[in-house]
Amino acid sequence: MEEKWIVSHPPHVATKDNLSRIMLHVVIALLPAVLAGCLVFGLRALIVTLTCVISCVVFEALWQKLLKKPVTVSDLSAVVTGILLACNLPVSIPLWMAVIGSFFAIIVVKQFFGGLGHNFMNPALGARAFLLASWALAMTSFPAPGTSLPLFGSVDAVSAATPLALYAENAEQLPTYLNLFLGNIGGCIGETSALAILIGGIYLLITKVIRLRVPVCFLATVALGTWIFGGHEGWFTGDWLYQLLSGGLMLGAFFMATDYTTTPFTPKGQIYFGIGCGIITVLIRLWGGYPEGTSYAILLMNIVTPLIDKATAPRRYGTKFGKEVA
Amino acid sequence: MKTFHGGVHPHGHKDATAEKPIVTLAPPKELIFPLSQHIGAPAVPCVQAGDAVLMGQKIAEAGGFVSATLHSSVSGTVKGIEKRMHPNGTLTDCIIIENDGLDTPIPEVSLPERDFRKLSPKECIDLVQEAGIVGMGGAGFPTHVKLSPPPEATIDYVIVNGAECEPYLTSDYRVMLENSQELLTGLAIMMHIFDLSVGYIAIEDNKPKAIEAMKKAAAEFSGAEIRIVPLKTKYPQGSEKQLINAVTGRKLKPGALPWQAGCIVSNIDTVASIARAVVKHQPVIRRIVTLGGDAMKNPLNYSVRIGTPFSYIVEQSGGFAQPPKKFLMGGPMMGLALSSLDVPTIKSSSAILALSESSAKFEEESPCVRCAKCLYVCPMNLQPNLLDKAARNNDFEALEKLHISDCIECGSCAYICPAKRRQVQQIRVVKGKLRNAKAKGN
Ligand code: SF4
Ligand code: SF4
Repeated sequence: MEEKWIVSHPPHVATKDNLSRIMLHVVIALLPAVLAGCLVFGLRALIVTLTCVISCVVFEALWQKLLKKPVTVSDLSAVVTGILLACNLPVSIPLWMAVIGSFFAIIVVKQFFGGLGHNFMNPALGARAFLLASWALAMTSFPAPGTSLPLFGSVDAVSAATPLALYAENAEQLPTYLNLFLGNIGGCIGETSALAILIGGIYLLITKVIRLRVPVCFLATVALGTWIFGGHEGWFTGDWLYQLLSGGLMLGAFFMATDYTTTPFTPKGQIYFGIGCGIITVLIRLWGGYPEGTSYAILLMNIVTPLIDKATAPRRYGTKFGKEVA
Repeated sequence: MKTFHGGVHPHGHKDATAEKPIVTLAPPKELIFPLSQHIGAPAVPCVQAGDAVLMGQKIAEAGGFVSATLHSSVSGTVKGIEKRMHPNGTLTDCIIIENDGLDTPIPEVSLPERDFRKLSPKECIDLVQEAGIVGMGGAGFPTHVKLSPPPEATIDYVIVNGAECEPYLTSDYRVMLENSQELLTGLAIMMHIFDLSVGYIAIEDNKPKAIEAMKKAAAEFSGAEIRIVPLKTKYPQGSEKQLINAVTGRKLKPGALPWQAGCIVSNIDTVASIARAVVKHQPVIRRIVTLGGDAMKNPLNYSVRIGTPFSYIVEQSGGFAQPPKKFLMGGPMMGLALSSLDVPTIKSSSAILALSESSAKFEEESPCVRCAKCLYVCPMNLQPNLLDKAARNNDFEALEKLHISDCIECGSCAYICPAKRRQVQQIRVVKGKLRNAKAKGN
């Protein structure tokens, strides 16, 4: 043989799609939400986002260097984690806390469990839960939209009640649907504007990065549950639309409950996962100590994901009833 | 549009050769006939070094029922029986024949054409067996075995597989356009064997001209009703189970063979060979081969004598446009990578593809991110990501639970995987290990 030819097993062709392309799609899909955050809360939102992204990437690269593993930050998964984490933080968060959150997300939640593809919890949500447990006040002070905030320095507690808190208190003055839809409300950087999240979500659906199953099951369950049980005047009086548009639900349903690694991969499993997330969200929102429950719901469902996958393994070809032949 | 569940849409790459008529390639000086070009027992030589042979003369007898006879594709002299490289990369016994350049045929081919309707099914099947016909789509399963299901079988569908879903391949397409009569006759013979009044030809809808041509030919064809079934263009539409599902709506049970669902499926070139064998007394001595790939200078469709070395075919076509980095026999989804071009055309060589460095290169594997894309596309409803993992761990028990034996090695999972996992490679390797373990256990 004169030349070295490649001899390998088939197939000998593959899609151009690879992990970094998919992650790039997610980054693009998150941009409207980040932009909305900047419009609502000012440029500090961008600073927080950049802080998270840079720290996530740096922590991942450092860790891989330290363990003499190939550095894989070019797959952009750390960038996605960074943006998602920022989206889940209040704009007034001290920047050092954002850095610690990034450390927790990348090192503890992701790398300790084996890195990309092996973590069982969503890194951004894990970090959010960790920050919430450690610095509850900083994590629950949400400046009102349009408050002028210092770009880098610390922010005095200027807290405005979130729409969900207002609803839970049965407050007189609730934000309008339009403000909820556009995001002109208090909340985390990336979660306030349902419109921006929907644009990103539709982009992910069109580019086939995600499928409809999880978001639809998740949102439908929450809508149903809050309509039936969430009213102040008895059953079937809940304001389900208000519930859908408030809090981290949209962001969670489209961007976190659809994370590949931490959610089921079987089609049936994805349906159960979406419904499960919805049920837990409703439970926490209506009867739990927190007005908001999306991230805990997703985290809890992350934990049972392996079980769901086992229980919903696809049926072997040719064993469905109905069409089989002898 | 009829189709199956799952599957992928690889780029077709068929434009380069689709509209090029089949060119007949003159045979070389020396031809090589591996005794094993089919599934089953190797054939047993019935000639010796020094024997003179005619074009179409039998040179090896079937080595059993599941085996196939071999015929010389040229006239000339038997040089000997030697070990030569088989396309699958192993050294195997081959009959070497020196071509005298005269193409003196066996006398039978000048006999008047046979009317297959006057033959019994058994006689037809015997003629197919004598002609050494095997599945020419790639599998190489002896056709007479396929045509002889157990007596309890009730066959109600004979389907010609014109899906040609593999990228680059256009040989079946050309046969449909250029040789529809032979094809229809072949199908009519199969219908005659099973006493059926309706036969089917399934064609992917990316070949509208072939659908058109076959519809027209079928309408004019006398004596048998032949239906053309357009199928959605999707890989692996031409896989037997998926084709049966698309055409009949039936699903084969795990491990079941097509006859158990009342179906017989045959490839285009195979069916045309049946017509030639039964009607025109011609054994299998040639096949249509697509030459393609981005490194090939003149992609085209050749009618090639069995036994012709690939190196000769490529050279005759004009060589390479750019340095080749990978050679394939068959399509890029399921074809075989070659370690040498000094291997002969066998009955199941549907294509020779030469890929340049840029299209032969793979990206590095990353960890599985559980995106489930492989699971969505698996036509057998398997979980390729888990098979991949279990295969790497040699976890035989898990592999059985994941139904590894159902995998048809179609390659859809590895094609779609964004992490570039090579699931099929793992599955193939571990299937070998499983076989060995079972053999030892017995
Ligand atoms: S697991 Fe087997 S049958 Fe399924 S897509 Fe992969 S190669 Fe095809
Ligand atoms: S397609 Fe690849 S990355 Fe996605 S689940 Fe399958 S093996 Fe894992």
